[in-house]
Amino acid sequence: MATVEAWQRAEIAGPSKANVIPKPEVFVAMMKRAKRPIFVAGHHVVEVPEGGTYIDYIIRIAKAANIPVVATSHIVGEFIKRGFQPAAWMPAVDITSRLQDPSWMGLDSNGQYDLAIYTGIPYYMEWLLLSAFKHFATHLKTISLDRYYQPQASWSFGNVSYKDWSTYLETIASQLEVK
Amino acid sequence: MPFTLSKKNVELRIKELQTKAATIKDLQLSFGRLITETWTEQMGPTPFPGILDLRDWDHMLLQRYKPLYMPHSDVCELCTMGKCDLTAGKKGACGIDIKTQQSRLALLTAVIGAGCHAAHSRHLLEHVIEKYGPRFPLDVGGVNVEVEAPITRLVCGVRPKTLSDFEEVLDYLENQITHLVAALHTGQEGSNIDFESKVLHAGMLDHVALEVGDIAQIATFGFPKADPEAPLVEIGGGVVESQKPLVLCIGHNVATAVEIVDYLKANNLFEDVEVAGLCCTAHDVARYNPKAKIIGPISWQLRFIRSGMPDVIVIDEQCVRVDSFAEAQKINAPVIVTLDKISLNLPDRTKDSADQIVTDLVDTKAPGALILDPAKAGEVAVRTAIQVAPKRQKFKSIPDVTDVIERAKKCNLCQECRRACPQDLIIPEAMRAAGEGNLQQLAELYEDCIGCGRCEYVCPVAIPPHTFIVKAAEAQFKQEKYKIQAGRGGIQDTEIRNVGSPIVLGEIPGVVAFVGCSNYPHGKRDVAEMVAEFANRRYIVVTSGCAAMSSAMYKNEEGQTVYEAFSKNFEAGGVVNVGSCVANSHIAGAAIKIASIFAKRNIRANYEEIADYILNRVGAVGVAWGAYAQKAFSIGAGCWRLGVPVIVGPHGAKYHRMLLGRKDHEEDWYAYDARTGDRVFVGPAPEHLFFAAETKEEAMVMIAKLCMRPNDTTKGRAIKLTNYIDLHKRLYGLPPDDIHMFVRSLADVPITMKDEVIRILDEKKWVEGRVPDPTLLPRMIRKKKEGV
Repeated sequence: MATVEAWQRAEIAGPSKANVIPKPEVFVAMMKRAKRPIFVAGHHVVEVPEGGTYIDYIIRIAKAANIPVVATSHIVGEFIKRGFQPAAWMPAVDITSRLQDPSWMGLDSNGQYDLAIYTGIPYYMEWLLLSAFKHFATHLKTISLDRYYQPQASWSFGNVSYKDWSTYLETIASQLEVK
Repeated sequence: MPFTLSKKNVELRIKELQTKAATIKDLQLSFGRLITETWTEQMGPTPFPGILDLRDWDHMLLQRYKPLYMPHSDVCELCTMGKCDLTAGKKGACGIDIKTQQSRLALLTAVIGAGCHAAHSRHLLEHVIEKYGPRFPLDVGGVNVEVEAPITRLVCGVRPKTLSDFEEVLDYLENQITHLVAALHTGQEGSNIDFESKVLHAGMLDHVALEVGDIAQIATFGFPKADPEAPLVEIGGGVVESQKPLVLCIGHNVATAVEIVDYLKANNLFEDVEVAGLCCTAHDVARYNPKAKIIGPISWQLRFIRSGMPDVIVIDEQCVRVDSFAEAQKINAPVIVTLDKISLNLPDRTKDSADQIVTDLVDTKAPGALILDPAKAGEVAVRTAIQVAPKRQKFKSIPDVTDVIERAKKCNLCQECRRACPQDLIIPEAMRAAGEGNLQQLAELYEDCIGCGRCEYVCPVAIPPHTFIVKAAEAQFKQEKYKIQAGRGGIQDTEIRNVGSPIVLGEIPGVVAFVGCSNYPHGKRDVAEMVAEFANRRYIVVTSGCAAMSSAMYKNEEGQTVYEAFSKNFEAGGVVNVGSCVANSHIAGAAIKIASIFAKRNIRANYEEIADYILNRVGAVGVAWGAYAQKAFSIGAGCWRLGVPVIVGPHGAKYHRMLLGRKDHEEDWYAYDARTGDRVFVGPAPEHLFFAAETKEEAMVMIAKLCMRPNDTTKGRAIKLTNYIDLHKRLYGLPPDDIHMFVRSLADVPITMKDEVIRILDEKKWVEGRVPDPTLLPRMIRKKKEGV
């Protein structure tokens, strides 16, 4: 059963905290509803702390939903190795700085985004980056795709098992791949 | 000979004084200090600057490097009208918004750090003045170091010659820090940018405090004086001879540790008793006497105390675990606290005889004592250790393997230890394996564990995971024996003369300082690897504090640490340990000395011009990979104001605000050409002032990038680009996407990468620029243009 407490116990949010995404179908619906979504993927997509990777899910989801991916830290090469070209690569603090700026015109100069999906950045760091959006980016909704509850996002999964989370990712990718 | 009256004077006012001889009313006397003025350098515009005196410079920096706030708390709870919810644009009862509150908290962090260093230096200065006299000369390197106190000269406009000359400097710091603290009160500053300016002010003050403290101790205690040949000393968990009594010193203020060494020497006991330290006191006691040993960084407190090795624990100040006394009691080791900052509810025994205190500690009538007299504390520590050691028999609070396995079986995999762990270490699985008799997984957590012990406070079945990790890795811990160069202090003027030109022209690709604490995301190996990488690339690498220790804790294939493998000179490819936290002043000082000695700029009270010089010309970067402390933040703030970018690890994001440039904002990256007054595009160099990297790889690429400066010659820029591109290709798997922003002319293009880079330039529709004589300050333009 998912809980709605921060994974790292002391990382409590303030008066407002993320809504829990109860099932992957809801995530899919939110992605479809967004006009200009963007994916921000950190290095844990190739180095899950428990071992393994989920970069292939990110690629499938991004391709199926036609969402630009920003690779943070040093992992852009991992995407390219798999035949996928991210829209950009830049440090997590840089893409966050841009996304929280209402006047930024986006990677393609077509305007600011309305949904940012963050995943794979160390929990405590992603928590802070999402906090910047919560306070300063009213133009933007955020989702954490990680398997731990991120209270500073607009929406987040709860704390779910690795197995359940893998199932979620498969469901999301599969449903988006159905045209 | 000219005379000046000290700016810091004393006033005495007597409203009414009645004596047998007379009645005096409304008497007012002013006492200044006459200084014989031998320094002919012209006084600059900002001696002893107040909070607003460098505000224009700060605002200029903050316009380019805008704060990115990442609030850790959505509420303000600093007054009784609160808590106030400041989420997403709401204001508090006093009218404050979340940006202003975040910058206020940044100032709070910075003044804690600056106050800590100023108080540390005040204590040290008073102690050494009492011991050596106020006229004791400040020799920090003889004829090799004529610019002895570059930060003090730059900020205060004074040239200290003796210990007492630092008193007015500390008076100034204390005055300014008090004003900054006042600005934190409810209903004071209401602009986040002006709060940030005050953060930079606090950082600048912090640097002065560091310099005062380290110069005072170098001069009086005879530490290495800007000495590249400072000796190698031992470091590691296994360097202490376990059959000897051990006095363990923890903290940053070396006054008592020096007295411990003196007592040992005076009584011919140095061969019989071990003295070792954790954190910066360890650095400094090893600078005082290389027979003293360094155990490791501050994060090793729990593991080393619990090992049972210390027979007496002497605590001074800063970054000491506040439960160290309770931990010491678990191993039956008496504790001596030595400063007013940390008293731990222990009785003040300062006026008692050493004999009586020793007797009470040895007979366990008292578990500890507060002794404010360093000499007495030193004597008591040694005598107590000698007498307690046979009784303790190195009694430790770490269980044996059988006990670990039995208790690990109780683990129900609830995950609470992992959720308490700042590193998110997968402790439950390791505990399950331990319950099955396999301690290897626990041992593998040792490297990444920062030793905080939070896992032990949450276990519902009372398993102490940190203790078990230490036990599982006990053999590794005891085998850790390395060599580190004792902190050498400052950089010689001659060294600056040798490297000033190649640094400013860019031919030495940069000066990289690995500094700060040990809150690393993946253990200390990252730091050692980065140090070796940049030394191999012919950067000048400087280390200090816990980072200097961590750098020593790996050996290359020849069995050498970085301090054995690389040159000890401040030169390309050198690795230079300046010393403890307060020795960080020499790193900032080196940048200032480049402006003074190489470029012949006046530095006296000339902060803005020199910071502008450093920002535009000196390719220096600070890396605080494990920064955790408020002190680390204030040191960083001093670097930012001086134009030196700072990179922190991912945990450093918890300072909850960055100072980031936007390379996509072309308008932010113009400077004046001082020769013509033209506004010239100089590229995002340096791109950021305060930056949290997610991974070591990202940090390494960013280090190379942030070393670029507008003043680089084409040859220098080509060298810097070579390193940037090469690291990016190796670590990211492809060339960077912003090369075109750093190429001013085709002569900048690295010759070995020419075809590749030119192809990228073509793709990016690159336009040739020029290399200006860069400055952000209109007053530095030699040929004024109309309207400038």
